[in-house]
Amino acid sequence: MSALTPPSKVKRPEFRNINAFADLPGYRWPLAALVSGMHRASGLMMFLLLPCIIWMFDTSLSSEISFARFTSVFTLGVGFIPGILVKLVTLALIWAYLHHFIAGMRHIRMDIFHTTSKEQGFKSARMVMVLSLGLTAVLGAKLFGWY
Amino acid sequence: MSVNYGSKRVVVGAHYGLRDWLAQRVTGVLMALFTFIVLAQVLLSKGAIGYDQWAGIFSTQWMKTLTFAVILSLAYHAWIGMREILMDYAKPASVRLILQIFSIVWLVGCAGWAIQVLWRV
Repeated sequence: MSALTPPSKVKRPEFRNINAFADLPGYRWPLAALVSGMHRASGLMMFLLLPCIIWMFDTSLSSEISFARFTSVFTLGVGFIPGILVKLVTLALIWAYLHHFIAGMRHIRMDIFHTTSKEQGFKSARMVMVLSLGLTAVLGAKLFGWY
Repeated sequence: MSVNYGSKRVVVGAHYGLRDWLAQRVTGVLMALFTFIVLAQVLLSKGAIGYDQWAGIFSTQWMKTLTFAVILSLAYHAWIGMREILMDYAKPASVRLILQIFSIVWLVGCAGWAIQVLWRV
């Protein structure tokens, strides 16, 4: 019997999946990783806000009366939601669409031209950030009636 | 025999996990083209955009057909993306299955609504 050893009780280190709160803040986020993470986040955001987008599609297209209601929502609000919140959600959607669009173009460019070096990844990620944030600022200023 | 590995592989072949990857690109490009087409029509219309100009864009048959294809593309594109996100973060498998079912119902429902709106114009 002595030949049989009891099951080992040695405490081994456990490697679980990442914990968003404990691990993510300590991660290094190179620009390409940030663009990739934001691509995912913007996609999820548009998925969750899809009913809002289709609601805008619906009210803006259904009739002249609903079109007038659509335009008034941005100043007067809808239900308990004030107009400013509608504008902020729209601004968030504008950013999400632009970022997702431009970051998607970056993927297609990488797929076609095989531009996969670290240097190219950084440069194209920087281009995505400049374009998406720049265009969001331009369209956002229009949304808030600054020009 | 056709090459089914590396960068020269045949993209229309079966069973090497390429279909969703390619479908996401194709649907993405279609939605990008649609964006430019709508944008061009908005920018080319004269004066302020009122209801008539806006609804006029979606009233032609070719635009309805294109928009219909874009709505279906969006649902498929978003499904591939959601499936990817859920495969990465949603554990255990039972939770993932529930969230995947929710995603499909959500997307099919939204697509139906959008299609209904499209033929109301």
